[in-house]
Amino acid sequence: MTARVGVVTFPGSLDDGDAARAVRIAGAEPVRLWHGDPELHGVDAVVLPGGFSYGDYLRCGAIARFAPVMETIVDAARGGLPVLGICNGFQILCEAHLLPGALTRNQHLHFRNRDQVLRIESAGTAWTNAFQPGQEVLIPVKNGEGCYVADTATLDQLEAEGRVVARYVGGNPNGSQRDIAAITNAAGNVVGIMPHPEHAVEALTGPSLDGLGFFTSVLKHLVGAPA
Amino acid sequence: MPRVVVDVMLKPEILDPQGQAVANALPRLGVGDVASVRIGRRIEIEFTGEPDLDRAREIADKLLANPVIEDFTVRLVEADETADARS
Repeated sequence: MTARVGVVTFPGSLDDGDAARAVRIAGAEPVRLWHGDPELHGVDAVVLPGGFSYGDYLRCGAIARFAPVMETIVDAARGGLPVLGICNGFQILCEAHLLPGALTRNQHLHFRNRDQVLRIESAGTAWTNAFQPGQEVLIPVKNGEGCYVADTATLDQLEAEGRVVARYVGGNPNGSQRDIAAITNAAGNVVGIMPHPEHAVEALTGPSLDGLGFFTSVLKHLVGAPA
Repeated sequence: MPRVVVDVMLKPEILDPQGQAVANALPRLGVGDVASVRIGRRIEIEFTGEPDLDRAREIADKLLANPVIEDFTVRLVEADETADARS
């Protein structure tokens, strides 16, 4: 049976269309979810896409966290539902306390938009099991508030538990502590990533096809293949 | 009616690049004696009934501030000290 992967649209979401297309190219059925509808419509996994939900008012992701759909997603994620938050989605996951730390203004204050090399540090998550640990991938980064911060104890814990999922290589685009580009929760089902794998799934529009691995990973995860 | 004012500031250990950018612009105004600038946010809350500081604290903790990176203070001010009164 084809896996059903939900893609949430918030007011101000930008990359929900690309995320749904990436899901389809990976071989799953994208299911559009609406911020105001708490029902997950039987999806097997959820993507929180990039963009500027609620205009980034107050803090990025701070208001989206209280959307009706998020209350359901937070409960389901605690129960093991795979959730991938990309860019604004990563910010929402931090605000919802599904992931530790916070994303703050890029240190240099400039919006950064470029193709970025990442090193996959953990291939043990629901969203990265198609990669080899240490593999380098090229996917676009585009953010103004992508600087990952957390206290030293949290950073040490993330490193010790293998929960740093990806790091920036060849230049840190936003000042993130310890070059962190992506992290996961303790169970490995929730991943937040600042760069945009959904923009690197087709030769016509992306710098590589490396982003596809995030979406094929979750399909492997769902059929129970060992991570 | 008094309002509750919530002041939200980045924690001291969190870099404030916005404040730094402002501080770096001050010499261009001829100001050379500023050591640092930190930028925060002030929120004024008006309750329908009596102002409720505990409720305001809960709102600040859950939504207005992110305790991972920000501290906040909550206080009551009289109506004539609010932004509306000054405008």
